Parts: sequence; C-alpha cells; structure tokens
Amino acid sequence: MAHETPLWEVFIRPRNGLSHKHVGSLHAADEVLALQAARDVYTRRGEGVSIWVVPSKAITASDPDRAAEDFEPTADKIYRHPTFYEIPDEVGHM
Amino acid sequence: MYSQGLIGADGATEETPEFLARFQARIDAEEKIEPNDAMPEGYRRTLVRQIGQHAHSEIVGMLPEGNWITRAPSLKRKAALLAKVQDEGGHGLYLYAAAETLGVSREQMTEELLSGKAKYSSIFNYPTLSWADIGVIGWLVDGAAIMNQIPLCRCSYGPYARAMIRICKEESFHQRQGYEIVMTLARGTPAQKEMAQDALNRWWWPSLMMFGPSDADSQHSDQSMRWKIKRFTNDELRQKFIDATVPQAEFLGLSVPDPELRWNEAKGGYDHGPIDWDEFWRVVKGGGQMNVDRIRDRKKAWDEGAWVREAALAHAEKRAARKAALAAE
Ligand SMILES: [Fe+2]
Ligand SMILES: [Fe+2]
Repeated sequence: MAHETPLWEVFIRPRNGLSHKHVGSLHAADEVLALQAARDVYTRRGEGVSIWVVPSKAITASDPDRAAEDFEPTADKIYRHPTFYEIPDEVGHM
Repeated sequence: MYSQGLIGADGATEETPEFLARFQARIDAEEKIEPNDAMPEGYRRTLVRQIGQHAHSEIVGMLPEGNWITRAPSLKRKAALLAKVQDEGGHGLYLYAAAETLGVSREQMTEELLSGKAKYSSIFNYPTLSWADIGVIGWLVDGAAIMNQIPLCRCSYGPYARAMIRICKEESFHQRQGYEIVMTLARGTPAQKEMAQDALNRWWWPSLMMFGPSDADSQHSDQSMRWKIKRFTNDELRQKFIDATVPQAEFLGLSVPDPELRWNEAKGGYDHGPIDWDEFWRVVKGGGQMNVDRIRDRKKAWDEGAWVREAALAHAEKRAARKAALAAE
C-alpha cells in the first residue's frame, strides 16, 4: 500500500439549535468522500441534520500529562461561581 | 455483533510498580482512560488485540449473511437483511477507529486479518445453508453478541466504550428481526418448522462457544477483569445467554439440542452439557468449514478495491494541486 488513506474526525449536529458534537472518525481520500462516508457510517438512523469533517491532523490537542496544571486551578477559584456570594433571602431570586 | 471472548491476550507489562499502582487507582475509581493517557503496555496491547478481533469479526460477519441477501424470501426480509449487514460494516468501522487511537494503523490491522495473523470470531467459519440460518444467526449470534457487548459499554477504555454504546443501540434490531424470521418458520408448514429446528441444531453449540473458553482455561481473563476491560467472565456471560435464550426457544416450540439441559432451581439457571472445546480450537486455528473461504473473500474484496483506493487518492491529490495553483494565480 503506497499511501495511508487520511483520517478525518466527524462532527454531527443532531438537530438545529444544538451544536455539532464529535461522534468518531473515518478514513477517506478527500473531504468529498469523507462527507459521504460520514453520512453512511454515522447517520443511518436520523442521528443528525448536518455533518462536519475535519482532517485529524489539523487538530491540536492539549497534553494529558499537563491536565493537572492546566485544569485543576479552576477548581480553587470558587469566587467565579454565583454561590460564593451571599445575598439575603429577602432580596429574592438573583 | 460480534465479539468473542478474547483469544490469546497477553497482559504482560513492564512498568514500575508505582506506575502500575497509579494506573490501577484510576481504573478502580472508574475513571475512563483516553487515547493519549499514560497506560501500561500490556493494557494497550490487550486492547489493540481485543478491539482488532472484534472489528474483524464484524467485517467477516458480513459474509455469511451477505450470502442470502439476493435470495431473501421477500422484499421486506431483503431490505432488513441489507440494513443489518450494512450495520455490521459500520460496527467494524467504529471499532477499527477505536483501535487506531491506540497507535495501530488500519492498513496494519487489515494486513493481519488477511495474512491470518489476527483472529476473528469462530462463529463465522460455519456455513449458512438455508434461509432459516439467517433467522437463527440474528436470534442466537447477535443475541450472544449483545450479552457480550453490553458490559463492554462500561469498558475502562473510553473510545472502545463509546463505540460499543453506538453498536449496542443498533444490535437490538438485529436480534429481533432474526427471532421474527425463526418464529415465522416455526409457525409455518411442518417442513418450515423442520428448517428452523435444523438451523437451531447447527448453531446452538457454536453460539455458546462465542463466549470464549471456560473460565478455568482462560488464563488472561483475570488481568482484563482487573483493568475493567471486561466486567464478567466468559462462563458468567454464557450462563446469562442460556438462561435468556432457552425460554425463547420453548416459546417457538423448538428444542435446544442439549440432552443434558436442565433447570437448576438452586442456582436459578440452567445446567448444560459439555461444550466441545476441541472443535472450538480447531475452528479458531483455521480448521473450520469456511475459514479458507472467508479469508479468500476478504482478500478478493481488498485486492479488487485497490484501484478504487488508489484512484480516490490520486484524484484528491489532483484536486488539491489545482486548488493550490488557482490560489497562487
Ligand atoms: Fe455488529
Ligand atoms: Fe449485529
């Protein structure tokens, strides 16, 4: 086999009003064939109304080994959440 | 379909005890492992082999049923069978994609299937002799696959678990259309009922073998259980399948071909006769009736499709070049 057929990530919008969501990947020579294959492989039962295909190599991912330093600090900034602030009940819903 | 108890997994791994303990703690906390996470080499290798075998089984599993598409007895049955076989192709693709996240290429997996290095479920090395076989395959073979696959939806490896969730959603139609075919035959003429019984007789034992070797003989099962790649032992799943299926056969007025089959009140399940494991290993190792045909057919499809893959890539390159030239103008 001379070349490997490129890999694509498939995103589907289940219905209007919702965002596209990653559903899986597939191999296809180009974007036209990738869209056709995505339709056959991922939408056989009304799973969506719109498909995006993106070359897998175009995706830049965060490093899982850095997950602790990247994401953990967000947990100790509790002042970013509404429940951190005390509002008397008499004020009503805010 | 169609997973089978893993054949020949080797969970051996060489990381430090600290690394393995940290990994095991994540598994014990029911955290999912994702593609780029650090993982023991044995975990990765076991998954590549298991997901690969599972994917190959889906693809090879299209062949015995494909054999009957053009001879289905009605348009309704033909449309359903066509949709089922297409689903199985899709299952293979989801699973290959899951395996690829572990660093093995599609080409490599295909190569291993065609060279006979990779295994697939032994059940597909039996021939589909009559239309009743198509019914019994949906009922028993997809039924056994569902038993196997439902716990895999909770597998510790994220991409495999997600693929299994999609697959399980699609399997239930497969089993129901199969059972309906068998029911139609069982309620038909005496000759049709006889066809259904004959198919059940031939597929019952191979279906039980789909769960893989008995717990006493499957040496790699413990590590897979610890890593939560599997959640039930082969024998536990086989027992569940028998308990669910025997009443379904009784409802049809068909008899399960096992003279030792008895309800055991104390264990709340059926006792069954001995399984012929020599036959199982013979078929796994290539000695089944259809092993040669299945690989020949896959190889033919792969070889005869080569020009299509090459043409599609050449066309893609040409289009990309034309686009680049236009942009440069
Ligand atoms: Fe399947
Ligand atoms: Fe199936």
